[in-house]
Amino acid sequence: MRGGIWIKNGRIIDPANGRDEVADLYIADGRICEAPAGKESEVANVVDASGKIVAPGFIDLRAHLRELGGGGRETIASGTRAAAAGGFTTVVCMPDVSPAADNPGTIRYLQDAIQKDACIDVLLTGSITLDRKGEQLAPIGSLKKSGVVAVTDCPFSTANNEIFRRSLEYAAMFDLPIFDLPRDPFLSSNAVVHEGAQALRLGLRGWPRAAEELFVYRAISLAMLTKAHVHLQSLSSAGSVEILQRAKERGVPVTADVTPHHLALTDSTIADYNTNFKTNPPLREESDRQALLAGLLDGTIDCIATAHEPYLEHEKDMEFDLAPFGVIGLETALSVSLESIVKSGAGSVSDMVAALTYRPASVLGLNKGTLSSGAIADIVIFDQQKEWIVTPENLESLSSNSPWLGENMTGRVTHVISAGQLIRDSSLA
Amino acid sequence: MKKPANWNRKHLIGIEELDRTEIETVLDMARSFRGTLDRPVKKLPSLRGKTVVNLFMEPSTRTRLAFEVAAKRLSADVISVGGKSSSLSKGETLRDTASNVQALGADLIVLRHSSAGSPLYLSRVLDVPIINAGDGAHEHPSQALLDAFTLRERFGDLTGKKITILGDVLFSRVARSNLWALSKLGASVTFGGPATLVPKTFSEFGAEVTHDLKKALADADAVMLLRIQHERQTSTHFPSLEEYTSMFGLNEARASWLKPDAIIMHPGPINRGVEIDSSLADSSRSVILDQVTNGIAVRMAILYLCSAVSDLQRKEVPS
Repeated sequence: MRGGIWIKNGRIIDPANGRDEVADLYIADGRICEAPAGKESEVANVVDASGKIVAPGFIDLRAHLRELGGGGRETIASGTRAAAAGGFTTVVCMPDVSPAADNPGTIRYLQDAIQKDACIDVLLTGSITLDRKGEQLAPIGSLKKSGVVAVTDCPFSTANNEIFRRSLEYAAMFDLPIFDLPRDPFLSSNAVVHEGAQALRLGLRGWPRAAEELFVYRAISLAMLTKAHVHLQSLSSAGSVEILQRAKERGVPVTADVTPHHLALTDSTIADYNTNFKTNPPLREESDRQALLAGLLDGTIDCIATAHEPYLEHEKDMEFDLAPFGVIGLETALSVSLESIVKSGAGSVSDMVAALTYRPASVLGLNKGTLSSGAIADIVIFDQQKEWIVTPENLESLSSNSPWLGENMTGRVTHVISAGQLIRDSSLA
Repeated sequence: MKKPANWNRKHLIGIEELDRTEIETVLDMARSFRGTLDRPVKKLPSLRGKTVVNLFMEPSTRTRLAFEVAAKRLSADVISVGGKSSSLSKGETLRDTASNVQALGADLIVLRHSSAGSPLYLSRVLDVPIINAGDGAHEHPSQALLDAFTLRERFGDLTGKKITILGDVLFSRVARSNLWALSKLGASVTFGGPATLVPKTFSEFGAEVTHDLKKALADADAVMLLRIQHERQTSTHFPSLEEYTSMFGLNEARASWLKPDAIIMHPGPINRGVEIDSSLADSSRSVILDQVTNGIAVRMAILYLCSAVSDLQRKEVPS
């Protein structure tokens, strides 16, 4: 018996198994089991989860971990610590490292870094095209053999329709999903925010919802043509949700995610040109936010993904249109999701947990995201009421470009178990 | 300096946040400065010993010169720094350049920058007053104030006057600042021009939006032409200058749709024969050069007011 963990009196929420009850949960040999590994005195770790929620570890399908060429914005070590602090036990790392993850060598390098530094499970993606330029297919078969779980040119979209179509066809041969952040580069060129009254007032160039929706249509058409699975990342527009819903009704193999910040915020936040609200895709209007939330809850949108994009303070400390796109999200995802889904009354804690666990797992066909007996013990324990403030000191991430910087948040992870190991325990802090 | 009545701003970032009284405060003060411009000895001592830095990261002739002249008339020392001759072309950030300017002893910075929001940004990271001399497509407050000054000079009260702004409204900070200023002063503002350059969304801010030139010009008390910024719109926003002129250029025939005593304005630089017929620009209805002269008085008022508030705030904070 290797240690073992006994989680007592927590409210166990395991949406995949329809479970929501106060009970104990047992872990032995890295897996969830029916009975404790021994008497209470013999179990290495007893965690009192009274008043807290015990859920499967969260799974993030879009994180930019910056290990290679990231200029100190983040590393595998800091990024996975940040993920764990946010309750994530699995993150899917985007290929926008430098040199790009368009070859097995880069993948191998990243795997070594993960082996050495990661405190949770990190899954890798390769790029669709060489150097993510959208011009020539990357060696997708070799990338698959190296262990990538998907291919994507995120945070860009592979603009050339012919190349995108061929990449779908080719990747489908290896059962490899294509992730696409839908954005027409022409309709969005030089744009920095949502095209609407707010952008017009501020004199900022916006990109219309149509720039996203056209590429959502494109992905759906080409998924139908090639029978390949396309996963659409970080939807921002109400129209996209509607288009997606119709496609799913027709059985098109397409899935999608939404970020916590798009569920919580609108373009009213850019009024004073705060670059920590400059995101890709942009924050849009209240009607979009409502549609994204409804789409997530009715299953049109499959899951939440953070789009964690770290940038250093001096990089964001800039004129708005010159600052880079992107915000961090791993450590605030729980508080923000609780606020926009649960506290708003739109959905239950179980709905929120589902969107962070087995639903992202099923996008990739991962055998994760549940508390089923025998499952690998990836578990998060969180306190719904615990308050905290987003400050650089309170964040594990090396960057602090959060829309909530300086804000009071409610809901915080207290314990994280990754593959049976207790890697985070706030009672020791 | 004593505290100016009805003015509490150290920075002038935009017109949108000003109320009518504040606008009138600037205009009234500008009127008294306007009188001094025709004196044989034009200098006033108000800003003696102060250093005004014009930080112009985008090309400008009129605005930069007018701010220079205004500061000199108030006896300030004036230094102008341009984008190409500054360290910004060596990769220095705006914040660092401006911090250095402040460290070199600037008492007030006048900023022209291609990025919307940059004056607000600087006002938050520096201590000295920031005067926005045009930020991207956002605002150009001193231009709107001098336009309002010129209109009031001609018409007195602007209540109910129809002011038409024609041309590249989408990319125009002048149009935005004028919309806020003129509507606060009681005028009704009409935006006219091609649909690609005059989005309907502007009606949400109280502007009348039309793509019908006759409707735009009919019974207008003043028409303000905006320069067609052909260097900015590449080829996507209208087909050609010739097409623009034939569809939307102001010529004698179209000018006849205006009210008989209507005036023609332009913030400059003008493209003769593009947005306006050369003869109209030089006609008796044109107040284009009056705008330029009034721009000095308005900028004297802005420098004076913001500097006064800044001095008072510095006194209130014991160091």
